[in-house]
Amino acid sequence: MVSALNMALVVVLLLNLFALGTSRIRAVVQAVALQGIVLGLTPLLAHPHPNLVASLIAIITIIVKGALIPRILFAAMRDVKMKREVEPMIGFMASMLLGALGTAIFIALARKLPMAPGHAQTLIVPASFSTVLTGFLLMTSRIKAITQAVGYLVLENGIFIFGLLLLEAMPFVVELGVLLDLFVGVFVISIIIHHINRAFDSLDTRRLSSLKE
Amino acid sequence: MAFATAVNHVLLLLIMPPLLLGVINRTKAWFAGRTGPPLLQPYYDLARLMRKGMVFSTTTTWVFRAAPLVTLSAILLAGLMVPLGRFNAPVRFTGDLILFAYLFGLARFFTTAAALDTGSSFEGMGAAREVTFACFSEPALFLAFLVLAKLSNSLSLTPMLLGLLSVPVIGLTVASLILVAAGLFIVLLAENSRIPIDDPNTHLELTMIHEVMVLDHSGPLLGIILYGAAMKLFVLSVIVLHVIAPFQVGWAPADWILFVLEMIAIAVAIGTVESIMARLQLRHVPTLLVAASLLCGFGFLLMLR
Amino acid sequence: MCVLLIMFPLLAAVVAAVVRTNRVRPWVLPAAAVSHLGLVIYILLRPETAIFNRWIGFDPPGRLVLLLLSSLFLICSFYSVGYLRLRLELSNRIFCVGLLLFLAMTTLVTCARHLGLMWVAMEATTLATAPLIYFNHTPRSIEATWKYLLVGSVGIALALFGSLFLAYAAVRQGVESSLFFEELLRDASLLSKPWLHVAFILLLVGYGTKMGLAPMHTWKPDAYGEAPGVVGALLAGGVTNCAFLALMRVDHVCRAAGESAYSGRLLVFMGLLSMIFAAVFMVGQRDFKRMLAYSSVEHMGILTLGIGLGGLAVFGSLLHMVNNAMTKGVLFLSAGNIHRAFDAKTTDEVRGAMRRLPLSGTLFLFGFLAITGSPPFGPFISEFTILIGAFNRRRFVVGGLFLTLLLVIFIGMGRTVLTIVLGRPSKAARRSSYRDGWFTGLPILASFAVVLLLGIYIPPPLRAMLNDAVRFLEVRP
Repeated sequence: MVSALNMALVVVLLLNLFALGTSRIRAVVQAVALQGIVLGLTPLLAHPHPNLVASLIAIITIIVKGALIPRILFAAMRDVKMKREVEPMIGFMASMLLGALGTAIFIALARKLPMAPGHAQTLIVPASFSTVLTGFLLMTSRIKAITQAVGYLVLENGIFIFGLLLLEAMPFVVELGVLLDLFVGVFVISIIIHHINRAFDSLDTRRLSSLKE
Repeated sequence: MAFATAVNHVLLLLIMPPLLLGVINRTKAWFAGRTGPPLLQPYYDLARLMRKGMVFSTTTTWVFRAAPLVTLSAILLAGLMVPLGRFNAPVRFTGDLILFAYLFGLARFFTTAAALDTGSSFEGMGAAREVTFACFSEPALFLAFLVLAKLSNSLSLTPMLLGLLSVPVIGLTVASLILVAAGLFIVLLAENSRIPIDDPNTHLELTMIHEVMVLDHSGPLLGIILYGAAMKLFVLSVIVLHVIAPFQVGWAPADWILFVLEMIAIAVAIGTVESIMARLQLRHVPTLLVAASLLCGFGFLLMLR
Repeated sequence: MCVLLIMFPLLAAVVAAVVRTNRVRPWVLPAAAVSHLGLVIYILLRPETAIFNRWIGFDPPGRLVLLLLSSLFLICSFYSVGYLRLRLELSNRIFCVGLLLFLAMTTLVTCARHLGLMWVAMEATTLATAPLIYFNHTPRSIEATWKYLLVGSVGIALALFGSLFLAYAAVRQGVESSLFFEELLRDASLLSKPWLHVAFILLLVGYGTKMGLAPMHTWKPDAYGEAPGVVGALLAGGVTNCAFLALMRVDHVCRAAGESAYSGRLLVFMGLLSMIFAAVFMVGQRDFKRMLAYSSVEHMGILTLGIGLGGLAVFGSLLHMVNNAMTKGVLFLSAGNIHRAFDAKTTDEVRGAMRRLPLSGTLFLFGFLAITGSPPFGPFISEFTILIGAFNRRRFVVGGLFLTLLLVIFIGMGRTVLTIVLGRPSKAARRSSYRDGWFTGLPILASFAVVLLLGIYIPPPLRAMLNDAVRFLEVRP
């Protein structure tokens, strides 16, 4: 099952790169939704004998990450009627290259951290670190508030990937709690985005710079 | 046996390329709801061009006249080094993949030199774009070759590509190869001026890349250029084919037929991609090419684990 | 019993959501606060009710933070009644519901016995307080809310990441992995060291963001500057203490694993860094609410420094947590009053607050004296204890830096505060007719009384609680 899991993680890494390189906001949200769906399937791939609870978690994750959260974001976007991201602070190609460079470094460095015997062959640690890096890149270098919120989603995805190492150890209550928090967080963020739009008539966060020293 | 294989190889290399162009055009027409030109139309076009006379601008030199011939011979030689199907290539030695890449480079150099030779600003603009995009797509090609070389532990094209027939189906290897296939496909589209990088049917000055470089050629030389371009498409498609579909049947004639059918399938795929996508804005093309390089780079990284 | 403590504010939140009029709704807050404090005192007097089940229960540090939180909320709830009476033009439904949710979630943080549950509660606290910052509905406050939400969420995400690393540190060694504090402490010495180290760094950065340690403090000046005074007091005295509790627990695990040198070094470094940042940014600060934010950064640094030093400084740190929360209550609430009276926040426009608002202005001045460590107020005792703790461990450089930074901050803050408080009232004083009322004045006085009391005499029950907590943290249970 390790190879199936690794293939899924490769897909996740590719989606990271795509999210960094595209300028269409709708495409970024769809890529992250797809990433969420793939991640929802990974617990089933990682467990040799999936039980009922694991399948339930997978289904809930897929519904929340793949359908509910993107729907909230699309609804927030409809208000504002924007389709493209303005040229970000470090450029699309530069973001993509940075993300790829980070991924390469993490793949190379993953050997430094000692892994448990069953986990040494998987791509879980490098994939999790690079997704977190992608999330950071999206949050810090993008200008529109929506893309910053999507960056937060990617960050949480990266943490979810790491959680795969703890499938047996982590109680399901907390995993569900994480999902719930994510959902509520995105909900609140979308409300704030609506208010930002109302106050400033745009989602350009460069306008949010009146509070300075 | 080797002689027969070599003969087959040369025959296919010489005869099949324009058929691929015909298939692509027919596919695009089918998507557009038209009947489209006959499959053998490119052959008729070449024959027609051979019969015409040539006109040379007074600003051009020997470079202009020599370029199409040099391009064709370079691509032909490169084609001799690539194995078709599961059969060995006529020309093979260690390190021939470097020669392969440089032959392509030579071809590109002479094409752009001929374009600049005309002294016209249109061709110059096209030449500049062509060379820029080549800078971005070369790394993808080299990284792809790196992956293949690591997989087969050899630096010659024939063992590299034929080794894919017997590659172990481990998750990471398959993932690498899928990534490399995607990257190589994008390079294929870029090198042969297909959508989404360049529209082969456009003749608007500001948007042409490859078309504009051959604006001044006429008659047999233009025919040679078109034939060379078709052969380039053929050679690159063969490489992509090896990565995507490394199958063999075992019986030689069946394998040759399988090869021909697979090449036609790739041509259909190219035609499909051309029909469903729109051409990218020029300033976004480098991003796509860098993405192709990154895909191949990823594939290489995964091989290292 | 513990569950009641959480359910009660939640029920009160539902009541607040249902109540229709703006006038009646604020009274739900003091009602809930009084009953909450009553329940807390009951639990403290009856230790056998403390543990509910494997997931929820109180240990000594948790009890301390809970008592502090409840008292501060009580004070702020009475203030809110007066405050909301002055702001009847805005609907206060979200405000009241948010405050009650805040109480429920922070209670959950203090009684969580599982690292993951505590994390969920902290994230819920962030989400509950974000709408509160936006209460005034100005563009600047939405900017502040956006930064608070985003930076806070990133910090919390990193804390989750660190928690997962901690769990994996056990898996790696083949030890049964768990995030329950008891089991973490029991198996601490068996954990894989590299994973423990990285986990500690991530948890420090993550929970440090919620505390407002430098360099993750960038959201603080904006959030505290734009939020209403009440919200600022609860953020500075409540949320930061919850995050500090989380940090203390993580450090406890590290110490139980024998890595106290590593964690101590990092904590001392972050503590001093926060104080330096605060000192630099406080000099010449013209907006007095932002100044209070930097003061909060400074004191979070002091708390971290105390924990990092160990020994006597831990007692000082815990005592300082109490003192700081109460003093911040005084400062933020009186700053809110001054803001309202002058309709301005900067030293350009605000002068002579003491004459314009005798009670708030004077208390603001005394609050400044208290927070910068002057006797006879509480913070002096706690900061002095930390200093003695540093010298006991022969950390003279750290102690010297600590003193110097305190001095710089005193000077910087003093300039701003004295400019605002002394002198004749400026023209802006006539912009509003606000005068200190019963509800907006007495709570500050009550808070100030506590600060004064703690500077002169620490009541034995409190001293016992502090000693219990120190003993709990220092020794492996």
